[in-house]
Amino acid sequence: MADTINLSRRGFIIGTGATGLTIGILAACSPGAGEDGETAADADPNPEVNAWVLINNDDTVVIRIARSEMGQGTLTGLAQLVAEELECDWDKVTTEYPTPGENLARDRVWRDFSTGGSRGIRGSHDYVREGGAAARMMLVQAAANRWDVPVSECSVEKGVITHGPSGNSYTYGELAAEAAKLEVPTEITLKDPSEWKIIGQPVKRLDTADKVTGKQVYGADIKLDGLLNAAIKQAPKRGGTVASFDASAAESMPGVKKVLQVGDNAVAVVADKWWQAKKALDTVQIEWQAGEGSDFSSAAFEADLDAGLTADEAYVGNQAGDVDGAFAGAAQVIEATYNAPHQNHACMEPMNATAVWTEEKCEVWCGTQNGEAALAAAAEASGLPIEQCDVYKQLLGGGFGRRGMSDFVTQAVTIAKEMPGTPIKLLWTREEDMQHGFFHPTTKARCQGALDADGNLTGLKIRLSGQSIFAGLMPQALQDGMDFLAFQGLLPSGVDPRVEDQTLKYTFPAFLAEHAMRNPPVRPGFWRGVNANQNAIYLECFMDELAHAAGRDPLEFRLAHTQDSPELAAVLQAVADKSGWGNDDGLSRGLCAFYSFGAYTAACAEVTVSDEGELKIHRIVAATDPGYAVNPQQIDAQVAGSFVYGLSAALYGEITFENGETVQKNFDTYPSMRLAAMPEVETIVMPSGGFWGGVGEPTIAVAAPAVLNAIYAATGKRIRQLPLKDQPLRDA
Amino acid sequence: MAELKINGKSVQVDADNDTPLLWVIRDEANLTGTKFGCGIGQCGACTVHINGEARRSCITPLEAAIGAEITTIEGLDPAADHPVQKAWRELQVPQCGYCQSGQIMTAAAALNQDPNVNDGDIDAIMTGNLCRCMTYNRIRKAVRKAADEMKGA
Repeated sequence: MADTINLSRRGFIIGTGATGLTIGILAACSPGAGEDGETAADADPNPEVNAWVLINNDDTVVIRIARSEMGQGTLTGLAQLVAEELECDWDKVTTEYPTPGENLARDRVWRDFSTGGSRGIRGSHDYVREGGAAARMMLVQAAANRWDVPVSECSVEKGVITHGPSGNSYTYGELAAEAAKLEVPTEITLKDPSEWKIIGQPVKRLDTADKVTGKQVYGADIKLDGLLNAAIKQAPKRGGTVASFDASAAESMPGVKKVLQVGDNAVAVVADKWWQAKKALDTVQIEWQAGEGSDFSSAAFEADLDAGLTADEAYVGNQAGDVDGAFAGAAQVIEATYNAPHQNHACMEPMNATAVWTEEKCEVWCGTQNGEAALAAAAEASGLPIEQCDVYKQLLGGGFGRRGMSDFVTQAVTIAKEMPGTPIKLLWTREEDMQHGFFHPTTKARCQGALDADGNLTGLKIRLSGQSIFAGLMPQALQDGMDFLAFQGLLPSGVDPRVEDQTLKYTFPAFLAEHAMRNPPVRPGFWRGVNANQNAIYLECFMDELAHAAGRDPLEFRLAHTQDSPELAAVLQAVADKSGWGNDDGLSRGLCAFYSFGAYTAACAEVTVSDEGELKIHRIVAATDPGYAVNPQQIDAQVAGSFVYGLSAALYGEITFENGETVQKNFDTYPSMRLAAMPEVETIVMPSGGFWGGVGEPTIAVAAPAVLNAIYAATGKRIRQLPLKDQPLRDA
Repeated sequence: MAELKINGKSVQVDADNDTPLLWVIRDEANLTGTKFGCGIGQCGACTVHINGEARRSCITPLEAAIGAEITTIEGLDPAADHPVQKAWRELQVPQCGYCQSGQIMTAAAALNQDPNVNDGDIDAIMTGNLCRCMTYNRIRKAVRKAADEMKGA
């Protein structure tokens, strides 16, 4: 009865095949299978034209996608880019993932698999389009060769090549095998954006059908012959390790196959069924050894954050103009301190990975935002050369940055290595997922502004205090100790091209941004939007404070500093216009504009706050200018979705630690936005062209500030502490 | 050994009586469209129909489901064309999609019973199902669309 996945030897996952989902993995997953020397081309009469494009005899087109789909629509958007240059029939397009192992074997022909930083499209638009264009050129060349005519006499439309003078034609499917034998061209001219027919269109997502029938397979759903299931418990306290454990009760429970320590900080039970494993794990008596951070508490860490706000030593991320002079000569100095708590990604699908290990091979099935990192983790844990390992990526039940990490892959392989030849599916409980995240860092900010007698902002200082993601995850990225990413959205322009997409777009007469690094023993992570989220709160709520202190309109006050960024001014003006900024209609409005991930975003929130302090968000108007808009409908979904992801965090999200342990364990104590509280979101997608900006993250940043500023407009009370759920919105 | 009726078929189950129905559906019946999200009835990803009512299978013990008609997303409609599924496709509701089986089952149970729902009803029906991609506004519209179709049927 087992609906075991049908296995072929191609090693590809068909993500959106019209014929339904099949998962290709090495045959039956048994060690040694698929090693008979047969190649993909032998087995498949429809060879790839080039690395990006496969064309079947029936003219259906399979486009290979290196980045991971986690709901953001990158599968569809990237396919549009390839299809545009390929000139194929969009209705015949499906997609598949190449594996990271194949990427390695083929000299990284698909380049970067990493899916984060809103980089899927903006980081690969050029070479994926070139891949589509190269395939088209090869197909046209194949037709010209058959007809023995110059390429210049051939034209192509929707996968049909026509020889102008004779009127003869071939379909792509008829030529694919011949085209595949031609050399891949290197001199490629991409279309001018004015010629785009598929890019820029709101085509439907390619991955919807199976998501409404239950057929879509995620990592948690993997079934393999002989598969066993594992549940895991990790040291509840930061820095804790396993001292000893007593599994005597668990070992005799139904279905239990093995109880084992995993790494130095976890114990797992392997059983026939996952519930058996979980139930048995609950009976295992584990003695934990305390370690660094085992006494950590968020409340006590507040003092460290506060000390950072005034500490003498701090990294300088941006310094412009005469800051001291501005403050010395100020008619009015305004100061405020804000905070942002730790957050959990809380993907709907808990962390999981399936692995099978033999002495010859290690294979992993999982949702990952970084297939190559998952492959490296698998290789390291397996003790095998990386060439003998591979990772079969599944669609993700949410990523938000969490699945860029590979801790669960390491664990699954570690367990599988103890049971050679047996596929092991490790699935975390929600409690494990909540407690053992890579948490969005906590920071505070002290903001100071200097206003002259006319209410002009003459100087602005933002002192950040708090955790560095780079210090925790990739210290090699620090520059002389400084985490430049901590300054996301506040960085100077024209200094470092690598962070030009995260710069401050306002122009101030004098500006200083500093970071006093204060790292708690909590592993930090890249959480959708990353440091732009809280930096936008600090900058944009404080801009609102300054505008009010100066007695000026918050829109006009902001626009006065956009002289060097017409794009930022445009998105700000657009939300103001659309929302009826300045209307006297009983609604209170708050504005925010920010630049991050290479995109300009702005929002206007419309709220009311009752006399009892109850907040109602009536409508959000959110605008984005991502340069080019590949799929306006998906951008609309992403802008609305990401805005509310950010809003949910501001309203409800907070992870705290007590005695080293994560206090919040599940969705009952880590609440999230529910449908009934979801505001109406109107999006304005206003691509101005000429650049490629991100979409999946930037709008998060403008959510909280717009709402906080609207609350102030309603109540006259400034909320500077998050989450909002714990804050009285009106004074008693 | 217990016997359950899932999607109209009899399924022999070898699991302890306190095993949550979710894990019976996923690991015994091998129907993986019903998702594990929280295990405490908080997120709704595991929603199935028990005798036509939307139920959280992660907190429903196997023994409570014996003798009942259990319907999962795979059995909602023989052609996967329930008005709710159609509306979900037309409005492209899913993003990551992981919660959507539960969303659809919650909506379908309510509308099967009474498609005469106003916007406030829709909010009340759907607000127990979490979506971290925040597809809520499309969910609202899709439930509205499905309800309108079912009312007209």
